[in-house]
Amino acid sequence: MDMLLNYGSAFLTGGIICVIGQILIDKTKLTPARILTLFVTLGVILTFLGIYEPIAEFGKCGATVPISGFGYSLFKGTVKAIEEKGFIGIFTGGVTATAGGIAAAVVFGFLASLFAKPTIK
Amino acid sequence: MKIGKQTIKLENSPCIFATSSIVGPKEMQGPLAQYFDANIKDVFFDEKTFEKAESKMLESCINNLLVKAGITQQDVDVIFSGDLLNQCISSCFAIRSFDVPFLGLYGACSTFCEGLILSSLLIESKAVKQVVASASSHFCSAERQFRMPLEHGNQKSPTAQATVTASGAALVTDKSVADNGIHITHVTPGKIIDLGVKDMSNMGAAMAPAAFSTISNHLTDTGRTIDYYDYIITGDLGIHGSDMLNELFKNEGIDISQKHKDCGVLIYDEENQDVNSGGSGCGCIASVFSSFWFNELKAKNVNRILLIATGALMSPISSSQGESIPGIAHAVAIEREV
Amino acid sequence: MNTNLNISNSEYDDLISKKAQKSPILKNICFAFLVGGLICVLGQFIYNQMENLGLDKETCSTITSISLIFLGAFLTSINLYSRIGRFAGAGSTIPITGFSNSIVAPAIEFKSEGYVLGIGANMFKVAGPVIVYGITSTVILGLVYYLIHYVF
Repeated sequence: MDMLLNYGSAFLTGGIICVIGQILIDKTKLTPARILTLFVTLGVILTFLGIYEPIAEFGKCGATVPISGFGYSLFKGTVKAIEEKGFIGIFTGGVTATAGGIAAAVVFGFLASLFAKPTIK
Repeated sequence: MKIGKQTIKLENSPCIFATSSIVGPKEMQGPLAQYFDANIKDVFFDEKTFEKAESKMLESCINNLLVKAGITQQDVDVIFSGDLLNQCISSCFAIRSFDVPFLGLYGACSTFCEGLILSSLLIESKAVKQVVASASSHFCSAERQFRMPLEHGNQKSPTAQATVTASGAALVTDKSVADNGIHITHVTPGKIIDLGVKDMSNMGAAMAPAAFSTISNHLTDTGRTIDYYDYIITGDLGIHGSDMLNELFKNEGIDISQKHKDCGVLIYDEENQDVNSGGSGCGCIASVFSSFWFNELKAKNVNRILLIATGALMSPISSSQGESIPGIAHAVAIEREV
Repeated sequence: MNTNLNISNSEYDDLISKKAQKSPILKNICFAFLVGGLICVLGQFIYNQMENLGLDKETCSTITSISLIFLGAFLTSINLYSRIGRFAGAGSTIPITGFSNSIVAPAIEFKSEGYVLGIGANMFKVAGPVIVYGITSTVILGLVYYLIHYVF
């Protein structure tokens, strides 16, 4: 039962975050690159304001998998590093916390480009 | 001879003696498939890059034109050609192998009619006898220059158009050399018109005012009405852009909806091909005129057409800098001797 | 006839809005919700499996991110992610798989310009701003956080 609730809240939270993005795309003609940028920045700001943490506690991966969750990880990592290392943590915390994702994206991107070919839809 | 404000009447009325077209796989699934001379099965056309594929397509299109017209490179005095890519590389590399003088053009999607206008004026001046006007576009090379990488997952706006993968070429001749009765009688180069449209996904609406301006000036200059022509054929306004053109004429109390056809609408099957508002690109009007419409003229199903290629004169840089999209439209009156 | 356009820019803009076909927003929202939600559920599934192995929270999150990034990269390289994006819209753009797609798609496409100036220089053509603004906003707000908690 707990497990089901777990998946349910992830589905709901992730779905709603994507719907907000979809409404922005359809209503404002914002391009995908701008939407991604907006969401990651909002993720950072909302985490700073303490708003994203309760969303993440409720939605779990529903809040961390969307790109706003990348902003959440960035800022959370910064706070953690500041607590551990002081001032220098401002610069090291964010990237440290998200290093796995960034490195994976770069390496998989590079590997994919060796084998894949673009095609038309 | 210039008549009125913008139109030039061609006393010697040069002849469009032959045409040639080649299209990509998606265009071959469209309703005009039977009219095209040739097609490529794969968007790479056995080349390593889309740009090389586009050049090869244009090169084979012009070669086929010479075969169809029964002439050799030595008979051609000049080739006019253009495309959408930076520095017109598709045309430059396509025509590199030809032993013929080359004049490169950029008029965005209006290039084909720009080429026809310059070809017919050059022949009208008696300077030369046989000129090729051609243009091409390729969905994949245009997409990566103007929009997003092909494999990027995104939604297209309903007013967006798909760049046509196609080349088209026409041989314009002095009547003394070769004549089939299909003549260019008037040309109307267009003015740049910009009503402030900024939406890169709505080129049709950005270009429609330019089409209106050129058509209405052409009619005024020649003293003709819409009824004089069998069809008023625009290049790539698409479904939405055609709608906007109709509205602009409706404001003047003229109904063009019965006479107006758009190549971007004709080339795809709107219902089943997932192309939103229709086709666009230099190759759109070039290939559709060179196949379907030229066929109709030769078959005597159509006697008088006004061909208007419309272009959106922007670049990704101007767009990023917040500029609107200036439109242009060039018209060519093509009439069959009855 | 009148050859001048008797229409102002704003009138023309209104005419476009009136005539242009609207995005099927309800349909788009449904697909975005469904696909976006499902990707998050998949993430949750991976996370739960890792948690069951007794890994700590941060490692679980990182493994989940890397797995989804791999999935996005894989679907992009078999030419499938762009098809999903056609109907899922933001549902496939906003999850981290979409971030992966936005890095892999230009990498594949710009291979034709070579390994350094093609793949290397263009990989972050779409996703670069995400990194730039993500990190910049984090450092600025991190500084503010530091000032609030440790200085004042």
